[in-house]
Amino acid sequence: MRPALLLPEIVLFLGGLVVLMSGSFLPRTRQWATRVVAATALVTATVLAALALPGPAEMAMEGTFTVDTTTGVARIVVALGTLVVLAMASDEISGTPRESETYALLLFSSTGTLVLAGADDLLVVTVGFLLASIPLYGLIGIARTPLSAEATMKTYLLGALFGILLLAGVTLLYGVSATTSYVELTDRLADAPAAVVGTGVMAVLGGLMFKAGGAPGHFWVPDAAQASGGAVAAFLTTVPKIGAVIAAYRLVSMLPDTVAWPLLVALLAVVSMTLGNLAAYWQTDPRRLLGWSTVSQVGYLLVPVAVAGQSDLALPSLLVYLAGYTVTNLAAFAVTTAFPDRRDLHSYRGMGRAHPWLGAALVVALLGLVGTPPTVVFVGKLTTTAAAWDAGYVWLAVLVLVNTVASLFYYLRWIAPVYAGGEPPGVLTTPRAVTPAAWSASTAVVTAALSVVLGVGAGVLWSLVSV
Amino acid sequence: MLSLIVFLPLAAALALVAVPRLGDAVSRWVWVVVAAVDLALVAAVWLRYEDPGTGRLAFEERAPWIPGVNSSYHIGVDGLSLPLVAMTAVIFLACAVFALRETDRPRPQAALFLFLQSVSLGLFVAADLILFFLFFDLSIVGMYFVIAGWGHNDAGRSAMKFFLYTFLGSLALLAGFIGLYIAAEPHTFDMVELAEQTPLAGSSLGGGLVLAAILVGLAVKTPTVPFHTWLPPAHTDAPAIGSAVLAGVLLKMGTYGLVRIAMPMLPEAWRAWAWVIVVVGIVSVVYGALVALAQTDLKRMVAYTSVNHMGYVVLAVGAAGMVADDTAQARAIAVTGAVTQMVSHGLVTGALFLLAGVLWERAGTYDMGSYGGLAGPAPRLATLFAVGAFASLGLPGLSGFIAEFQIFTGSIAAAPVTALALVGILITAALFLRALQRIFTGPTRGASVGFADLRPAELWSVGTLLVLSLLIGVLPRPLLDVIEPAAEVVVELVGR
Repeated sequence: MRPALLLPEIVLFLGGLVVLMSGSFLPRTRQWATRVVAATALVTATVLAALALPGPAEMAMEGTFTVDTTTGVARIVVALGTLVVLAMASDEISGTPRESETYALLLFSSTGTLVLAGADDLLVVTVGFLLASIPLYGLIGIARTPLSAEATMKTYLLGALFGILLLAGVTLLYGVSATTSYVELTDRLADAPAAVVGTGVMAVLGGLMFKAGGAPGHFWVPDAAQASGGAVAAFLTTVPKIGAVIAAYRLVSMLPDTVAWPLLVALLAVVSMTLGNLAAYWQTDPRRLLGWSTVSQVGYLLVPVAVAGQSDLALPSLLVYLAGYTVTNLAAFAVTTAFPDRRDLHSYRGMGRAHPWLGAALVVALLGLVGTPPTVVFVGKLTTTAAAWDAGYVWLAVLVLVNTVASLFYYLRWIAPVYAGGEPPGVLTTPRAVTPAAWSASTAVVTAALSVVLGVGAGVLWSLVSV
Repeated sequence: MLSLIVFLPLAAALALVAVPRLGDAVSRWVWVVVAAVDLALVAAVWLRYEDPGTGRLAFEERAPWIPGVNSSYHIGVDGLSLPLVAMTAVIFLACAVFALRETDRPRPQAALFLFLQSVSLGLFVAADLILFFLFFDLSIVGMYFVIAGWGHNDAGRSAMKFFLYTFLGSLALLAGFIGLYIAAEPHTFDMVELAEQTPLAGSSLGGGLVLAAILVGLAVKTPTVPFHTWLPPAHTDAPAIGSAVLAGVLLKMGTYGLVRIAMPMLPEAWRAWAWVIVVVGIVSVVYGALVALAQTDLKRMVAYTSVNHMGYVVLAVGAAGMVADDTAQARAIAVTGAVTQMVSHGLVTGALFLLAGVLWERAGTYDMGSYGGLAGPAPRLATLFAVGAFASLGLPGLSGFIAEFQIFTGSIAAAPVTALALVGILITAALFLRALQRIFTGPTRGASVGFADLRPAELWSVGTLLVLSLLIGVLPRPLLDVIEPAAEVVVELVGR
């Protein structure tokens, strides 16, 4: 069993339980204590993961869970990412009726994401999928607005559908191989009928795409990003992807050559990035725009998955991109939670002149999402593109670059008003639209700075993820 | 030393942003002082510079950056980059002095231009493709904010067009770089190693496609016909110092990329497609001149003459790819002329855009028809503009002549067809004389009435640029001594 190897996951889950229990007994004014507990759990998990990172790759739970560099990086990124989300939540939901429940659900969903990231067995993938998804439904609905009810419903129905699809895929693969463990699947699937294997893999990948928020399972993302609270939106567009994309990487890495999975993943990547970019074009709500932008980012993230095993750059570039995307996307969301009442791109008019640091953070974050050097997403994009080219997928590399140009336009639609002179249309009346929320503002500046620092120090980051 | 030159302005920019409650006057003077110190450092480098020889760089610095993809922080200068580094430092200092009277948010403006200075200098000393790309992209970002933040008329739209268009170019460039990286064995982004290896030699399709991607990227930035359409609106709506930097420094990044990256790293493909480059050069020269002739807006006219002048550079480097045994010397002259033209165009067009900015500041229009007899109330402006116009049209004794004479001497010997472009010189002469006549001669009327002549800051900044142009025109040897050995190296590398 070796449960000690799963210590970070266990810490997160136990932390969630403690938060849930203690939240029930604390008065509403003292719910902040649960935030401290959640933050402690996340920091502990990060430290444990960092300590385990240099160690050799090991298997836990009878070979169904891998603890290697990839899992280690996922643990650190997920825990730190959720910590950043907690900081945003400090402004938004402190003292609200559902505070401790939100923290608990965040921790449970993070645990599920980590289970996905380390899964080396189809059934563990299923468990991770459910553990990461079910708390999300609650998180989206917790905002309790008509829009969030709709978004929850949509997410839940799609989640149920894709969950069944995932299970069906697992069943098919099990049916032709009599095993769910990746170690054994590699050999057994090679002799199995390719059509069945292909169908099963497509179904499993489809389920993972729902979790990652990529085509064809992306429909819930923009709605959920728009309708849920800011911190929750930041979480659900960022953290679950980490587990889902890594799970997809591990899944395709064990597949035999009898099915053309690289082409399938490449097509999913192209569809995701193109669709996300085109749909983001005329969005007016910044969070919905970011929601669509994350759909396109999943497309870029799938590029190294498509060339898994065919280029030495594939895995490190995927991890660098994941880490870079997480910090950059969180920076952009932190700006929106700093001004929760600015829900229109035009309402950001003059923001950069009134709040220079936040303006700079937003510009760094948005240009970072485009992939402008020296932010860390540039390093990710450069290396994933190079990996695709290296593996012979020149067309995929070119499509990534073409999509990058296409994406610039809608990010610029947001940047342009930020530095324009004059007042926003419909004068900002609420104090929350004028004065930035303190925690979110500092979070935005810190994460944006981190995105540049990681880009400039990309050599160190690269050596960490390619141990 | 080079790192100090590159990052000193950036450090000053960060200080300007970070230190709270810095007065406007302090900000303006910090900018001037830092630009002056940077120029002094460049001068020191120039004095100690010795030609490093084939495949080497002077003042080289190297540190690992992203070892996973063999990209390093590698910088250095040679005869191609040193003149451009010096020109960049001069132009930014001139802009700093010119902006001493700026009242519109001087502190962020100073910070932004110092940032742009770092980026521009960094690009010219970069010896790693990723480093080059980093500075290339950041120059676009910086210029976007200059145009959008301090421009006039429809600045937001022009800035957006500029950003989208040149960003498209930069990604084409990145695609080409990745192609070079993958083709190199071992994979590397290091320019010196790539020039040594010439990856893709022997693969005419791969080499051609990678060259095409790089050429498109650089052609957008240069810009050459047919990728020039972002330039006129960007220039028209940009502030004066923004235009000066855009035309003076940023356009050179395109042509510098041709001699630094495309020619040495893809010699075979360059030779195969040299005729296309020559044709693009000729078309840019003639078309740029003709369209400039048709303009009534002074700034648009100068902008189109930039297309024309950059066309000479493209033509010369294209002709340098028309390899024949007995023309090596001629081709080296053409490349020398091309680099000289980059420096000359930077100085002269920078000066002309600053003068156009004076017109806008005083009278709020660039329309040449609104002026007349301006030489009466503003003799200093008239004199400087005349010198700038003559330098731009290639009058002997000024830098433009040295550059264009060498370009045509070399190019016509290597590829006689380039003589077609001579007509460009004629048209440019006509349009500049006509502009001089319309704005400055005749009875004082329209916007010219009550026009205040150049103030000291304007006089000094523009005057310095034109005096340098005159110096190069009269005493070209110190500059040519630096460029010539490097031009011979480029020609030798293309001939491989």
